[in-house]
Amino acid sequence: MNQKEFMQLVTPFKDKLFRTAKRLLVSTEEAEDATQEVLVKLWNKNESLSGYNSVEALAMTMTKNYCLDQLKSKRASNLTIVHNNFVSNEASLQQKIEDSDTWKWVEQIINDLPEQQKLIVQFRDIEEMEFEEIGKILDMNETAIRVALSRARKTIREKMIKTHHYGIG
Amino acid sequence: MALDKIEKLIEKYFEGETSIAEEKELRDYFLSSNVAQHLEQYKTVFGYFSQAKQEQFKVNIPLLPNSRDKKQKRVVWLSIAATVTVLLGAGILTYQSYITPETENLGVVNDPEVAFRETKKALDMISEHVNTGITGMGYLNEYQQSKNKIFKK
Repeated sequence: MNQKEFMQLVTPFKDKLFRTAKRLLVSTEEAEDATQEVLVKLWNKNESLSGYNSVEALAMTMTKNYCLDQLKSKRASNLTIVHNNFVSNEASLQQKIEDSDTWKWVEQIINDLPEQQKLIVQFRDIEEMEFEEIGKILDMNETAIRVALSRARKTIREKMIKTHHYGIG
Repeated sequence: MALDKIEKLIEKYFEGETSIAEEKELRDYFLSSNVAQHLEQYKTVFGYFSQAKQEQFKVNIPLLPNSRDKKQKRVVWLSIAATVTVLLGAGILTYQSYITPETENLGVVNDPEVAFRETKKALDMISEHVNTGITGMGYLNEYQQSKNKIFKK
């Protein structure tokens, strides 16, 4: 496979990898690094890629594992992730500002979820993936995913209602 | 869309029971402009979900390592080929120079008497040269003698 073919193969899902990485790592730069890392690893596997029936699922699993490893080593060295790039950089209209402001709340709430729930929300609610696909990537059965998803959605709702009522949203 | 249907869907949604299609329905409803007042709070959540999907990965992917590998492989093969050629060349040259003296005709002595004389002559010549070498060593005896004078038993 040459570089062009590889890029064609990867382009449909590289944004997805990036968003997943960002969901876990929060920082855009780190997510970019992680995505690059995963894609380069994938490129080095080049010859054996045809052996997998879904390169996308493989890439997603690699991204998930890589990010979780990153988080683990970060926690071990006692660094906290800095939440510094939430601001959407193109909000000229009043409505847009208000929206992105409340969206930030949702993002914040999702960030506070446990890693597994974060991933499930990312895969299901944002990427709109089927439970079967999610199950393959996370190595979970469908019922477990549904339970975790329901828990995550309820947490989000609860916290949103709170901010809604206090009017600090 | 009927409000009670939406409410039912929301309930299912929070239990994690909705299908992709139903979730899409919900999303469309909340992204539209006429959301019922008591459901306003969900608007942001679904708004965020669809906004979050817009984010793109814009960084270039450095795909160099693999092509460098190929280049390195090529260099390795080239050096192997070069070594083989050089060795072959040197081998052939030395082989030829080994072979040539054998082909030269040094003459064959048929008469044993003559052969004996010739051999003796050659050996005499060698011993003569060896002896001239040994006479030079005679001086060394002086050392031995003086050593014996000093270190008497």
